[in-house]
Amino acid sequence: MRFMVMIKSDERTEAGVMPTEEELTAMGRYNEELVKAGVLLAGEGLHPSAKGARVKFTDGRPTVIDGPFAEAKELIAGFWLIDVKSKEEAVEWMKRIPCTDGVETNVEIRQVFEPADFGEAYTPEQRERDEQLRLAARKD
Amino acid sequence: MPTLETNRAIDAVWRIEAARLIAGLTRMVHDVGLAEELAQDALVAALEQWPESGVPDNPGAWLMAIAKRRAIDMFRRRETLDRKVTEIGRDLETQEPPTAEPDFDAIHSSISDDLLRLVFISCHPVLSTEARVALTLRLLGGLTTEEIARAFLTPEPTIAQRIVRAKKTLAQKKVPFEVPAASELAERLASVLEVVYLVFNEGYSATGGEDWMRPALCEDAMRLGRILAELVPKEPEAHGLIALMEIQASRARARTAPDGTPVLLLDQDRSRWDQLLIRRGLAALERAAAIGEPMGSYVLQAEIAACHARARTPEETDWPRIAALYARLVQLVPSPVVELNRAVALSMAFGPAAALEIVDELTGIPSMRNYHLLPSVRGDLLAKLGRQEEARAEFERAASLTRNERERELLLKRAAE
Repeated sequence: MRFMVMIKSDERTEAGVMPTEEELTAMGRYNEELVKAGVLLAGEGLHPSAKGARVKFTDGRPTVIDGPFAEAKELIAGFWLIDVKSKEEAVEWMKRIPCTDGVETNVEIRQVFEPADFGEAYTPEQRERDEQLRLAARKD
Repeated sequence: MPTLETNRAIDAVWRIEAARLIAGLTRMVHDVGLAEELAQDALVAALEQWPESGVPDNPGAWLMAIAKRRAIDMFRRRETLDRKVTEIGRDLETQEPPTAEPDFDAIHSSISDDLLRLVFISCHPVLSTEARVALTLRLLGGLTTEEIARAFLTPEPTIAQRIVRAKKTLAQKKVPFEVPAASELAERLASVLEVVYLVFNEGYSATGGEDWMRPALCEDAMRLGRILAELVPKEPEAHGLIALMEIQASRARARTAPDGTPVLLLDQDRSRWDQLLIRRGLAALERAAAIGEPMGSYVLQAEIAACHARARTPEETDWPRIAALYARLVQLVPSPVVELNRAVALSMAFGPAAALEIVDELTGIPSMRNYHLLPSVRGDLLAKLGRQEEARAEFERAASLTRNERERELLLKRAAE
């Protein structure tokens, strides 16, 4: 199952302060671990919200609000998209994110919807049909 | 005490650490079965201690330290026993020669090397394919026996037995924990890739069970495939395999209709294809191409899949390229089924006449005699050429061979046209 992990902004990221070489190396090594484990699908870092915008819809009409936005801690500074077996595994990986002393780092782990999540309407009749199909398919 | 949560956390740690742990331990104790036992012992220790103490900061190192300690204790006990036995002057003929304590702190080249050795030993040709699959999922995928049993719809004791026997075979045949020599690397790698693709296919077109697909198995295979491509980055076929799996998996959402009927490739809603997986697959293919070796069978199959993935509509499909790729594939893997696929691509690219010649040759092959897709394709080509009577006979024949009700209906309908 897929999880999107969002790393939250802070004053530093919002001020556009680039990570130190040390931080970059540590993060690079961490990402490499994720790749080697076959877990990382995608990941990016985001510019400060000053370079972004919001589009708000009121009664179907859009209003554009340019950044920066207040509440740095509610913003996102980057994300990973990972493929793991369980939420616990996602958590376990994220506990290993390299962090700098004296800086509070927050990540939010959210599960990505998959077709099976829409399977509420999966009726016994449907299941039976699939069974028939399966029997047919194995003969191919 | 949040025991259930801790247990789940321990499972997660196991999934992440098992392969590295077992790989490192195997290098030390030269026995994959023993290494797994030691790793399991460490896991049991974790189950006992972590609910009290919390999960340590570096769980992998913690597990490894415990496992090493157990190993050292065991070797010391064995040594002491051997000494005592010698002192008593018993007949030692039936005993193993005293084993020197392994150098547990020896600096080794890297974890990757150990992991790669573990890959090759798990897929060793002395083992049956079934055993290779079970052992690979167990040792490298970090799956429990129960999970493997569930995935393959096999009773758990059967899988457990299979794994035990596989480990015993590896020990008896004294299979070394090593990366094969250059001379046999290609063949051994092929055996590894085959195991991974087998797991993928078991998930992609499930041969048993209630579900048409078992996505978890596909994900396990893709994870293994990604790990493998990182372990042998200079092997184009490893990139080819992961490319093939990513691109095939990208269509998972589109290959069944809401009512459960399979949807053929050309009829699929391409907006439902997973573009992330397609991009990853194409990137893997680029890596394979950058190595600059002639295309192997996985790279070729992935290139064919990529032709479909790149086409935004079925009409945009580069059929001449697909036909050419099939021509190369059939040279590498001579198979009438691949040849039939080539014929279909040829007819899409250049019309039915050229394709019919190939298909006519295939009708003489005994293994194709009861393969319903052969008359089905032949019927289609004949119909396109306006030879309706012959086409009808072929569709009827195909209908009598297929065991799929829906397909039979469809074929009979075509016969009636």
